[in-house]
Amino acid sequence: MNAAMTMKLLRCFSFSAVVLLAACAWAQDAEPDTAAALPLDTIPPAPVTGLSARDYVDNSDAGDKIELTWVLSPDDGGGAEDVVSYQLWRSGGAEAEWDSLGTAAAGETRYRDEAAEPGVDYYYGIAAFDGANYSERVSFGPVAGRANFFQSSRMSVLVLMLVFFGMVLVFTKLAERGADLFVRRIPGLNAIEEAVGRATEMGRPVLYVPGIGEIDNIMTIASLTILSHVAKITARYETPLIVPTARAVVMSAAEEVVKEAHAAVGKPDGYNPDNIRYLSDAQFAFAGAVNGIMLREKPAANLYMGAFWAESLLLAETGFEAGAIQVAGTAMVSQLPFFVTACDFTLMGEELYAASAYLSREPKLLGGLKGSDWMKVLSITIMTAGVVLYLLNPDNAFVAWFSSW
Amino acid sequence: MRREIPLAITFLIGIFMLVDFFVPHHVVSSSAEEMKQWGTIVIAASILLGVGNLIRVHFHKIRRRREGWGYSITTLAIMGVMFFFGGPWGTIEEGSAFNWMFLNMQVPLQSTMFSLLAFFIASAAYRAFRLRSAEASLLLIAAIIVMLGRVPLGQLLTRSWPEAIQLPNMTEVIMAYPNMAAFRGILMGAALGVMAMGLRIILGIERSYLGGEK
Repeated sequence: MNAAMTMKLLRCFSFSAVVLLAACAWAQDAEPDTAAALPLDTIPPAPVTGLSARDYVDNSDAGDKIELTWVLSPDDGGGAEDVVSYQLWRSGGAEAEWDSLGTAAAGETRYRDEAAEPGVDYYYGIAAFDGANYSERVSFGPVAGRANFFQSSRMSVLVLMLVFFGMVLVFTKLAERGADLFVRRIPGLNAIEEAVGRATEMGRPVLYVPGIGEIDNIMTIASLTILSHVAKITARYETPLIVPTARAVVMSAAEEVVKEAHAAVGKPDGYNPDNIRYLSDAQFAFAGAVNGIMLREKPAANLYMGAFWAESLLLAETGFEAGAIQVAGTAMVSQLPFFVTACDFTLMGEELYAASAYLSREPKLLGGLKGSDWMKVLSITIMTAGVVLYLLNPDNAFVAWFSSW
Repeated sequence: MRREIPLAITFLIGIFMLVDFFVPHHVVSSSAEEMKQWGTIVIAASILLGVGNLIRVHFHKIRRRREGWGYSITTLAIMGVMFFFGGPWGTIEEGSAFNWMFLNMQVPLQSTMFSLLAFFIASAAYRAFRLRSAEASLLLIAAIIVMLGRVPLGQLLTRSWPEAIQLPNMTEVIMAYPNMAAFRGILMGAALGVMAMGLRIILGIERSYLGGEK
């Protein structure tokens, strides 16, 4: 075999190999077409069951929302497992035409129609869809939406609130009639007068920080009620009271509270408007400015009452280092450990709200305090009874009813 | 009348907000929403009061040469600079001088203050965990378990121990039971305190926040 013949054979072999490879590749590409040629799915999925529709009540109810619920098709998550979605329809009457409403994904058991006309009777239909076929349509109706005047899911809150308010009012009346209401000793509140006295003896000011909450925060309002009592004591002792604030409205309210307190004890001239200071809305700029006051003006007593966040420890530790006697009070549970660590006394949660009544000893306010205490007794009794009943029998009907109420 | 009008407004708005909580009708909820927006606008506008107070307090301090009056000059000067650049050239526009100063001066300063917290936590923790009493000892033990249980080292140290006393599991138990019980107790007490205080304010029994009881 000569060289030319060998080259021809090699070329022929290479060409055949390329053709063979191309044929294999074509055959591979052609495989899906072979699969597509399989017969189409003509079996519809099983329909849903238990379709129901009800007027949906939310916090802004205009009667235009109806909520549909159903039990999944047996082919959704089981059976043929081929349901891909649910098609929903709505009609304005039993004999009226169905209008498409929307779709719900497979696995969903809830759909909210948010475009219903209030007061109009609607019928709803639903069918499972497997990508090729719809199941038999299941329908429900009539149902109409209406703008409700009571949020029934909040019935339990209403009942407990009325019971609580009733207790507060009963004890307030009792207090007004002269009943002797015992209130437990709160060392943190007793310490306030002691702290102010110490500052007076040392000839140094008292620093009162009402937190960085806005005026619509109930802790800030509670703080202003305590500020009123503190300002009366400082006014009586003629001790300077510095009130740095992070909110302009709080500053304005604090000015009024301190000015009135000076007037109430007969020392209106002792009021210094420059001591009620707006520092900054920015959290850490405020903390830095208050720390500066602590280090420059050296108050002997620091009182932190109100809503505090991450700045709590920055303030309390600086006050500790400056050697001031410190009393804090907040209902911010996450900040309580910091105050407990760095302050001499801490008012925890409810003690902040009790302060005004405790300090003034006004019968009307003490009545509210006793009402809260009895509500706590009632809450603890209900919880203990629930736990005991549940432990005795987890299927207890009363516990089930009470839990869902 | 100086007391009666604010008390009447407080009563009416308080009752209306309470009604809004229980009445879902859109007429009530949209009115309540409108009212909340008014509140937001009033609070935002009140910043002028704050600025006025800031200028007055620092101006008095400078005029009377009180201790630290130099800081007051700095405060007023910086406020003036921010006003100057914020007014005509905008505040949040990218590339504006105000925005540049905010991002490169105020934000780092605030971050510095925040990061100081780590040192304050260390000093506070040192004091809190000193073995002074039975309670402090309990706190120390719980803290060691929780701190070690939250880092890989805790898992590494105790992985050969029985599962129940491995540090991550003990941490979970401490956080989920004694810690959560105390947390909820304080929270429930505070919630009742808020309700009682709210009722006292709505009914006008508590009025010292207005500047006096009478």
